[in-house]
Amino acid sequence: MSRLSERAERTPPSGIRRFFEIAEEMDDVVSLGVGEPDFSAPWPARKAAIDALERGQTSYTSNRGRRDLREAIEAHVTRYGHEYGADEEILVTTGVSEAMDLAMRALVDPGDVVAVAEPAYISYGPDASFAGGEVLRVPTRAEDEFRLTYDALERAGAERADLLVLCYPNNPTGAVMDASGLAEVAEFAREHDLFVLSDEVYAALTYEGEHDSIATQPGMRERTVVFNGFSKAYAMTGLRLGYAMGPPEVIDGMNRIHQYTMLSAPTTAQAAALEALESCDDAVVDMREQYDRRRRFVLSRFREMGLECFEARGAFYVFPSVPGDDEAFAEELLREAEVAVVPGRVFGDGGEGHVRVSYARSLPELREATNRIEDFLAEHR
Amino acid sequence: MDDERRRVLDLLCEDARYTAEDVARQLDLAPEDVEAHVEALENAGVVRGYTAVVDWAALDDGIVEAKVELNVELDRETGYEDISRRIAKFPEVTAFQLVSGDYDFALEVRADTMNAVSRFVSEEIAPIPEVTQTVTHYVMETYKDDGIEFDDGETDDRLSYSP
Repeated sequence: MSRLSERAERTPPSGIRRFFEIAEEMDDVVSLGVGEPDFSAPWPARKAAIDALERGQTSYTSNRGRRDLREAIEAHVTRYGHEYGADEEILVTTGVSEAMDLAMRALVDPGDVVAVAEPAYISYGPDASFAGGEVLRVPTRAEDEFRLTYDALERAGAERADLLVLCYPNNPTGAVMDASGLAEVAEFAREHDLFVLSDEVYAALTYEGEHDSIATQPGMRERTVVFNGFSKAYAMTGLRLGYAMGPPEVIDGMNRIHQYTMLSAPTTAQAAALEALESCDDAVVDMREQYDRRRRFVLSRFREMGLECFEARGAFYVFPSVPGDDEAFAEELLREAEVAVVPGRVFGDGGEGHVRVSYARSLPELREATNRIEDFLAEHR
Repeated sequence: MDDERRRVLDLLCEDARYTAEDVARQLDLAPEDVEAHVEALENAGVVRGYTAVVDWAALDDGIVEAKVELNVELDRETGYEDISRRIAKFPEVTAFQLVSGDYDFALEVRADTMNAVSRFVSEEIAPIPEVTQTVTHYVMETYKDDGIEFDDGETDDRLSYSP
C-alpha cells in the first residue's frame, strides 16, 4: 500500500519529464525547450544580492515582504495602469508559483470550479486540484491566435465556474491580449460572478504595443488578483521572487497561508528585486529588443519552411502547428535532429498539433536549430 | 544616421557574418534594403572592413601581441597627422590611436615572436625623430576582444526542458 496521499498519487508527472530524460543522454542538443531567459540577472541586481549577504542580511523579512520593495512595486506597476497600495494590496512571494498556489488555497473551497484558459503554464490545474477545486479547461484556438474570447468561455460552460485563470502574454503560445479582447472576458466574468487570477509574469516582454491587464477593466479590480514577478523580465528565475496584487481581503487571506508555509520570500532575492526595480529598466529594454529580433527571425524561418505560425507578440515563445501528432513530432525531432521543443498538449486543451518553441537562445543557436528543423521537415515530407 | 541603418550597423557589429537575410529577418526588412544599408555604410566610410576575432593563444605557432605607448615631440613643421601617416603604414601595427592622458599614441603591434616585436619597436618606431619615448606591454592573456569573451562558452546551465 502506498504511503502517499491520494493527492500526491493522482498528481501526474510533468509531461516534459520523459523528454528531459531522452535529451540528457544526447550531447549535441540545441534546446528550444527552455522556459527561462538566457541572460543573467542584470549586474546591479546581482550585486545588490551579494551586498545584502555581505552585510549579513540573512534573517526573515516581514511576511508580506520588505516594505521598501512593496513600495517600489506599487510605483512600478503604475506603468500598467495598476494602483495597489504597498500596505494591504501587495504580497511578495517565492515566485509567481507560490503566489498562484496561495491564491487557489485562499479562494477555492472543495468542489469549487476553476476555469483555466488553455494552453497554459502547467501548474494552474494542479494548484486548483491541491486546493480541492474542480478544473474546467477552456481551450483557446489557433484561429483566435490563442486569445481567450467570450465565445470560448461560453463553449466551455465557464458560467458555472467560480474562478478563472488566465495568462497573457501567454506561456506557451506567446499570445497577447489587448484591451478590447480583455473587455469581453471581463464582461463574462462580471456577468457570471467569476473571480479572476491573471498571471502577468511576461508583461514586460510585450512586443509591438503595451501590456494590458484585465484588472484595469471596469469593475474588475475588486475581482482580480494580478501576478507578476522578476523571473522573466529581469532574468531572475533562480532567485524565486514574485508578487501578487489584489483586494486587501484576498491578499490578507493569501498572507495568512503564506505566513505558515513560507514565512517570507527569500531575503537575498528581495534585495536583488528592489535594485532591479530601481535601476534595471534599461537592461529590461535591452533584453526585450534582443528577444524581439530573435522572435522575428524564428517566425520568418518557420514561415519559410511552411510551418503555420501565428504572429506571437509576447513572452519568448512561438507556437507553430506541426504535421501529425505533436508529441511524436517533438520526440522524433529530438532523436533525429537533436532539437528540443515542447509538445503543445503538455500545456492542455488547444495545444495539440502545436509545439512550443522558445527563442530564449542566441541567434547562432536559433539559426542552427531552425536549419535542423528545416532539414528534418524536408526528410519527412 | 537613420534609425534603420543604425540597427543594421548594430547587428553587423554583433556578427559581421550575418547574411543580409539573417539581418533582414531580425529587423523585419527586405534583404535588398539591408544590402543597400550596408553598401551605404561602406561607401560613407563608416564600415571600414571586416575581420576575424582571433584567440592567437589557441594556435600552436601563435602570435605575440603588444600594446605600445608612444610619446612624441611636435615641432612647427610636424603634427600628429604627419607622424600617424608614417606609423600606420607598418603591417605590424594592427591598431593605432591618438589618446588623451600620459602618452600620445596607443599602438597595438603583432609579430611572430617577442623578439620580433621588440626589434620592430626599437628599430622602426623608436628611431623616428619625433618619438621621445616608447613603453611596450606584452599581452600575456586575452579574456575578451571586440566584445567576444575568450572563455569556453559553456555558460548555459539551464535545463534543456523547463515549463
